[in-house]
Amino acid sequence: MTTAMVEKYKAFYRLLNKTSRTLVDRRFRQQGQCARGGSAASGLDHRPDAVVEQRVSYLGCPKRGLWTSARASLPSFVDGGFARDYPMNRCRSFGSVAGEIQRSSKFATLNSDDVAHFKEILGERNVVQDERLEAANSDWMHKYVGSSRLLLLPKSTDEVSRILKYCNSRCLAVVPQGGNTGLVGGSVPVFDEVIINMALMKQVISFDKISGILVCEAGCILEDLISFLDNQGFVMPLDLGAKGSCQIGGNVATNAGGLRLIRYGSLHGNVLGLEVVLANGDVLDMLGTLRKDNTGYDLKHLFIGSEGSLGIITKVSILTPPKLSSVNIAFLACQDYLSCQKLLLEAKRSLGEILSAFEFMDSVAMDVVLNNLDGVRNPLAPTAHNFYVLIETTGTEESYDKEKLEKFLVGSMESGLISDGVLAQDINQASAFWRLREGVPESLQRAGAVYKYDLSLPVEKMYDLVVEMRARLGKQKVVTMIWFEMAILLYI
Amino acid sequence: MKIMVAVKRVIDYAVKIRVKADKSGVETQNVKMSMNPFCEIALEEALRIKEAGLASEVVAVTMGPKQSIDTLRTGLAMGADRGIHVEATGDLFPLAVAKLFKALVEIEKPGLIILGKQAIDNDCNQTGQMVAGLLGWPQGTFASKVVLDKEKQEVMVDREVDGGLETVCLNLPAVITTDLRLNQPRYATLPNIMKAKSKPVKKYTPEELNVATKSDLEVVEVTEPPKRKAGVLVSSVDELIDKLKNEAHVI
Repeated sequence: MTTAMVEKYKAFYRLLNKTSRTLVDRRFRQQGQCARGGSAASGLDHRPDAVVEQRVSYLGCPKRGLWTSARASLPSFVDGGFARDYPMNRCRSFGSVAGEIQRSSKFATLNSDDVAHFKEILGERNVVQDERLEAANSDWMHKYVGSSRLLLLPKSTDEVSRILKYCNSRCLAVVPQGGNTGLVGGSVPVFDEVIINMALMKQVISFDKISGILVCEAGCILEDLISFLDNQGFVMPLDLGAKGSCQIGGNVATNAGGLRLIRYGSLHGNVLGLEVVLANGDVLDMLGTLRKDNTGYDLKHLFIGSEGSLGIITKVSILTPPKLSSVNIAFLACQDYLSCQKLLLEAKRSLGEILSAFEFMDSVAMDVVLNNLDGVRNPLAPTAHNFYVLIETTGTEESYDKEKLEKFLVGSMESGLISDGVLAQDINQASAFWRLREGVPESLQRAGAVYKYDLSLPVEKMYDLVVEMRARLGKQKVVTMIWFEMAILLYI
Repeated sequence: MKIMVAVKRVIDYAVKIRVKADKSGVETQNVKMSMNPFCEIALEEALRIKEAGLASEVVAVTMGPKQSIDTLRTGLAMGADRGIHVEATGDLFPLAVAKLFKALVEIEKPGLIILGKQAIDNDCNQTGQMVAGLLGWPQGTFASKVVLDKEKQEVMVDREVDGGLETVCLNLPAVITTDLRLNQPRYATLPNIMKAKSKPVKKYTPEELNVATKSDLEVVEVTEPPKRKAGVLVSSVDELIDKLKNEAHVI
């Protein structure tokens, strides 16, 4: 280990310390737990002295052992060496599962009376204990499997409130579940928590054509909302690869970023109101539809990104931008990581207001996609390119935008920032480019077992992590990275 | 040998089209337009023939209003050497297009003409056949494979017909129209896009070519197909048979 590498890891830890947020119960024993790796229990806690979930928050939230896996794969002196220099006992602690998590005895176990009571509230059909329970117990990556024995499908806020009130009185642990497309195991039970799936609450309540404000229930699938808005001439401010299955309630609860973050900003800016049911069954109606509302405290921000630990989101009111007609996409190749960073800066400067997406993937990711997905081909010549960048612009004037994009691309090519590139000529080609980028998680899954990390690092240091990990893990493991704006997803 | 390829600017294939309120046509304002997919395939085939050394030049031809030049630029960006734009306002029906083509052929004298089998906006599937008819040239339509033989001055074309595949051998000069499975069109790379800006585009008007574009056809009305009705749940086989017999009249 060279000093340079040690310094790099120290920077990594410093950043981790500064940015981690946590919900910590003061009575929880932190120091011993954190330095060595304590245990974390998940699920909604109904009692104040129960162990509260700890989270490390980067851009996503690696829970359940991912942090320890990351630490385990870093050199061992790291733990002993400078983790001590950065004591983690200032209410900034990391959840990790170095030891086995124990199911807390404070939570009750489900019995047949409970099931009967739920059947009374929801009706026979929406209390599920058959094969669908298996799918609900397992996450999209098939990495985490819970052992819940009950899946509930409420159809209205009132039903959710009654379920939670009952669970609170019985001290039954609960896990809210949306589309179950999360990649970090947050949507499935750890032990036998009751799963409350919002899939049946999928009505669009209202849409105001003038302001573009959409009010809908939390179980609406993102793609359905996008098609609905398409007919009205609007578009959702977020777009993810998982849009065919993910639900808007889950997106809000996880503060999903997505492909259009660079253009429309995060959900904190776009969500205007929420209706949430708290753990004890109280319904908190914060479903405002005003662009600006300074009455009282803006509590909805606590729920955005809370990942189901504070309450279950039942209705969302979201601001939708108008659909702009001229969309252009370019797929580019860069020789090294520094060029990619410079390209991002140059894109923001030259393309300005029309830039709507900037995605990066490296050659390993491209190979994995080409090998594992059908019907995709590399738009660039087969000569090896090290990095690929996808740039999308959205604007109102087709010819003006195309001219601007071409000027930027030609300029970048002449200055050597990009080594090759392709401009999509129609919507089919554009979808093909997006398929390459959005298909990375899917194709990695087909390639083998995946460890996925959502990390935030200083931009210059980002790719160094991949190089380091490749050196450490050796040739058998595929280490690759994709980025959108400032966040990176590191796949191992 | 020169190859002439016809390209048409149409509404993009992936766009959800809407009929105008007055039923006179389809909404084209603020809608993404791009090259007809079959024309892309035609151009790709021409480029491959040129790259195989069997042709000297590929000329892309388009006919339509001023904005059609964008499609021509796309064609040049894919690799065509020259462009020809016949500027004509108003609707151009296949016969008018075929006559204009005949006039251009007399000027350019190509050895092969490749077109897409049909345009996705009118689905006529007539232009290629009409061009061949007016010129008296052999035609290979719905081509799914094209093999050129330069010495014998022939081209073997596999045609996709209802019964399967039919192979025809045509003497050059000939007209070929392309079907979907012929090839996968290439993307327009940046270096080619840059080069395309300097490639020459010649403009003509129908008057210069002495062709009357007024058509004998008139579009009377454009309507959407009837919306799909919801299905009906039947409770027994007898009810199903009854409905099939008396309501749907299929048995």
